[in-house]
Amino acid sequence: MRVKGRAWKYGDHVDTDVIIPARYLNTSDPAELAQHVLEDLDPEFRKKMKPGDIIVAGENFGSGSSREHAPLAIKASGVSCVIAKSFARIFYRNAINIGLPILEAPEAVERIDTGDELEVDFSKGEIKNLTKGETYTAKPFPEFVMEIIRAGGLVEYTKRRLGNV
Amino acid sequence: MGMTMAEKILALHSGREEVKPGEIVMAKLDFVLGNDVTTPLAIKKFRELGAKEVFEGERVAIVLDHFTPNKDIKAAEQCKFSREFSREMGIKWFFEGGNVGVEHCLLPELGLVLPGDLVIGADSHTCTYGALGAFATGVGSTDLAVAMATGEAWFRVPETIKFVYEGELAPFVTGKDLILHTIGDIGVNGALYKAMEFSGEVIEKLSVEQRMTMSNMAIEAGGKTGLIEPDKKTLEYVKERAKRPFTPVKSDEDAEYSKVIEYDVTPWEPVVAFPHLPEKTIPISKAAKMGIRIDQVFIGSCTNGRYEDLKMAAEVLEGQKVADWVRLIVIPCSRTVYYRAMKEGLLEIFHEAGAVIGPPTCGPCLGGHMGILASGERAVSTSNRNFVGRMGHPASEVYLANPYVAAASAVLGRIASPEEVLK
Ligand code: SF4
Repeated sequence: MRVKGRAWKYGDHVDTDVIIPARYLNTSDPAELAQHVLEDLDPEFRKKMKPGDIIVAGENFGSGSSREHAPLAIKASGVSCVIAKSFARIFYRNAINIGLPILEAPEAVERIDTGDELEVDFSKGEIKNLTKGETYTAKPFPEFVMEIIRAGGLVEYTKRRLGNV
Repeated sequence: MGMTMAEKILALHSGREEVKPGEIVMAKLDFVLGNDVTTPLAIKKFRELGAKEVFEGERVAIVLDHFTPNKDIKAAEQCKFSREFSREMGIKWFFEGGNVGVEHCLLPELGLVLPGDLVIGADSHTCTYGALGAFATGVGSTDLAVAMATGEAWFRVPETIKFVYEGELAPFVTGKDLILHTIGDIGVNGALYKAMEFSGEVIEKLSVEQRMTMSNMAIEAGGKTGLIEPDKKTLEYVKERAKRPFTPVKSDEDAEYSKVIEYDVTPWEPVVAFPHLPEKTIPISKAAKMGIRIDQVFIGSCTNGRYEDLKMAAEVLEGQKVADWVRLIVIPCSRTVYYRAMKEGLLEIFHEAGAVIGPPTCGPCLGGHMGILASGERAVSTSNRNFVGRMGHPASEVYLANPYVAAASAVLGRIASPEEVLK
C-alpha cells in the first residue's frame, strides 16, 4: 500500500478535542465529521488540504477522549496517513481498527516540514521525502496488528475469525 | 517470576499461566460499556460484523450520559438509536432519564464492575474502575462493537509503573491533587502505553471515592489503566453492591515494574492545572496570588462529582455567596449522589450560595451542554481535561482543581485557596 501527498506538520499532544470538537459529536456521519477536522487547531486545514495529504505530528498524537470520530474525521477528509513521533494508545488502537494508516517515525517527524512532498510505502514502513531527497523508516507493527491491518480493520478481521464472510 | 496485577488479570482472562509486557493476548471480558457518543458508531459496526446478538446482555451497559437530557435533535436521534438497539439486544444495564448518571460514577456504585475484572468501555475514563482493582481501559467504537459481539478484546500487555505515596496529607489535599501532582511530574505522556499502579500508606488511607478520582485520570498521563490493590476498604465498598461473583487480584511481591516512583506527599498542597494541559500544575499558594479572575466554576464529572466531592465543596460554600460575576454549576454525578446530597442538605447549601444545580449528566465537562464557555471566558473545573476548547469556545480557558479550590474560587471570583474563605 502506497500513498503520496503533501505534509502538514503540527506539534506535540494534538488531542481529540481539537481533532474533532465535542460540539460536533452529536453525529457519527463521517462526511459531516470531516467538515470539522482539526478545526480548533488549524481552522484553515480543511480548506488548504488536498485528498492524499499527510498529517505529521510530534508526541502523543490523538490524546484525550476515546472518540473514534477523531480517526474517522481524518480518514473521511481524505488524509491518507498520519505520521507521528508517538500516538496516544486509544487513538492508535482506533486508527488500526478502522483502517486509517498511521506510522510511528520520530526521525521522520524531525526532518519533515510542512509542504514537503512525501511518498509512504505503508507495508514496508518506508517514508520518502521527495522534496528533500531523504528516506526514513517507521517502527514496525507487531505481527498481530499487521494481521488486522492486512484484513482492512478489526471488523473484517473479526468477521473472518467468526466465519461470517 | 512474579506478575503485576495488570499482567495477572490479563493472564487469567486469556487462559494463560503467565504473560509478559509486549505480548498480545485475546482476552475474555467481564464487562463492556458504551455511551451516547460512542455506541451509535459501535452499533453500525456491530451490524457490519453480521452479529445477531450481544455475547451476554447482563454484561453490557449502555449509559446515555453525555448529551442528555437530550440537548438537540441530533443527540435525541443518537439516543433513540442506542435505546432501540439496547431493547432489541436485551441489554440489561441501559440508563437514561431518571436512572442516568455519569457512567464512571454509575457502574462502580451499582456493583457492575468489580475487583479482578477485565473491563473495556468506549470511553477514555473507563480506567476509573482501576480503583477497585479492575483492569479497565478505554477503547473506541469498533472495539466496543467486537466486544459486544464476542465478549473478547485484544490487548497488548502493558508494562507497569508503580507509584508509592508516603507521608501525611496536608489539609485540603485530596486524591485529585495526588494525581495532578503525579501528572505534573511525569507529564501527559509519562505513562504512555503503560499501566499505572498506585500504592503506599497514603493510598491505603484514602477513601474508595478519592481513589476513583485518581484512577480516573490515569489516561491523562497516557496510561492504559490506573490500578489500586483491593483491600478491606475496597471489599467493604463492593460487598453490598456486587451484582455477580468476583476474584480480587494483587501484584506478586516479586513482580517486575518498568519503574518505581516514590513520593513524600507531606509538603504537597492542592494544585491547579493551568490551560491547556493537565500537566501544567501550579501549587495553590502561588496560583491564588496570580489574581486570575474567572467567569464560571463547574463542580461535577466522573472525576469529582461523587458525594464526598460535593461534601468538600459544601464545607467551603456553607454560609457563603458566589461572587457576582461567577456562574457556579454543580452537577451530582448520579441519582444516588443527588438524593443523598438533597437529604443531607448539601443542595440547600449550594442553592443558598447561588449555584445552578443540574441533573446528572456529563454536560459542561466536555463542552456538551449546560454551561458552555464563550470566547475569552475562564472556568475552574473539577473535571479531568483542560484542552483547547474542552468546555466551549476554542479561546476559552479551563483550570482543573479539587472541589475545595473550585468552591473557594467561586466565592472569591478568582482562583483562590480554601484557606482564604475558611479563615
Ligand atoms: S464526565 Fe466528562 S470525562 Fe467523565 S465521562 Fe463525562 S464527558 Fe467524559
